[in-house]
Amino acid sequence: MKPTAFDYLCPRTLDEALHALASHGSDATVLAGGQSLMPMLSFRMLEPGFLVDINRIPGLDSIELDGGTLRIGTLARHAQVMAHPLVAQHLPLLAQAMPHIAHAAIRERGSLGGSLCLADPAAELPACMLALDARLHLRSHQGTREVAAADFFQGLYQTALAPGELLTEVRIPVPEAGSAMVFDEFSRRHGDYAMAGLAAWSHPASQRSRLVFLGCGDRPTRAVRAEALLNARDGMPSYAELRQAIDADLHPEADLQAQPDTKRHLATVLLQRAWPHL
Amino acid sequence: MNPLHPLSLHVNGVAVQAQVEPRQHLADFLREQVGLTGTHLGCEYGVCGACTVRVDGRIVRACLMLAIQAQGCEVQTIEGLDAQGHYKDLQQAFVARNALQCGFCTPGMVMCASALLEQGGCPSRSDIRAHISGNYCRCTGYEAIVDAIEVTARTRAATTKA
Repeated sequence: MKPTAFDYLCPRTLDEALHALASHGSDATVLAGGQSLMPMLSFRMLEPGFLVDINRIPGLDSIELDGGTLRIGTLARHAQVMAHPLVAQHLPLLAQAMPHIAHAAIRERGSLGGSLCLADPAAELPACMLALDARLHLRSHQGTREVAAADFFQGLYQTALAPGELLTEVRIPVPEAGSAMVFDEFSRRHGDYAMAGLAAWSHPASQRSRLVFLGCGDRPTRAVRAEALLNARDGMPSYAELRQAIDADLHPEADLQAQPDTKRHLATVLLQRAWPHL
Repeated sequence: MNPLHPLSLHVNGVAVQAQVEPRQHLADFLREQVGLTGTHLGCEYGVCGACTVRVDGRIVRACLMLAIQAQGCEVQTIEGLDAQGHYKDLQQAFVARNALQCGFCTPGMVMCASALLEQGGCPSRSDIRAHISGNYCRCTGYEAIVDAIEVTARTRAATTKA
């Protein structure tokens, strides 16, 4: 199908974009990479009056190290993040996750900010942001605020983003030396949405970790009991022990990909595979 | 009706000026306004890869980009690939290996593969499969397509060395 008619705005500055979002309110939709938005328009799941295309605003795709923080602009394309030396050096979790996102042509246009604002529960990047303690920088006509990833994702396609706000940047603290990171997922075919996935960070020396599962709830979900098992550093638990923790931590609903029991099984297997590297 | 927007871009090296509705995607624009029907429109929601073209050198889904977003860009379609002859070897390998039957996916496959070949070297069969994983072929079972891309990459790498 074809999208319904809309007006197209192509601001050249951030201020112009924020002004457009403020004046059109919920009738305006932000167009970033468009790789999920365009299908939604074609299916007429969304019928915005105005599309605010942020692709021509300079500087929104920068990736830079700022002290102990890696700052990634909202328009950084998946392919760009995947190939960036700062990401490879400091955030290998992101570099590992990127090849799982869709396909080459989609990664050329799809953007970090777009993926986070869509907040698909089976998407890779929201889970990575939670595992890495990212802070999301939101701007509106009224000002700026920062929201922790843990507070940003609020449910199925629901985020803390208010009408008129634009996610401009993600700030990720560079994990301390000695950190381990693993990303892995099960999907039916390469590039499909995950049946279950794991974004994991650990710091064995200080017995801290983050185990965040995707595709196992209405948002990326921390498995705190599994984290406690890992932090105890008491050898490799059996499948049954891990499964018990996962059953307590994760409460997935059935989706097109898998039943809840299958998802919990796959989550346990992901954990078993990641365990020796964490 | 929403006002038309002026659009100027280059398609296969030729300057094109047009008026477009904002909602028109690049694939429809190429087919209906520019008359280049080699870019095929399959699913129209970014899944099948048949409409793959190159915009400023990058492979993109033409159904997942508005025509108006290509303002000032250089768009290359399968017709442009033919004209330049830089991928004659790939196209001949597709023919030699019977890497197409109905041909609907072929322009997208060739455009997608062209980007992989530009990276040089000899990608493994699993690299090739991963690269074309976003392009559906309902006839061939992919083996012949992977063969054609593999043999082209190998021949190119051998020629570069020699």
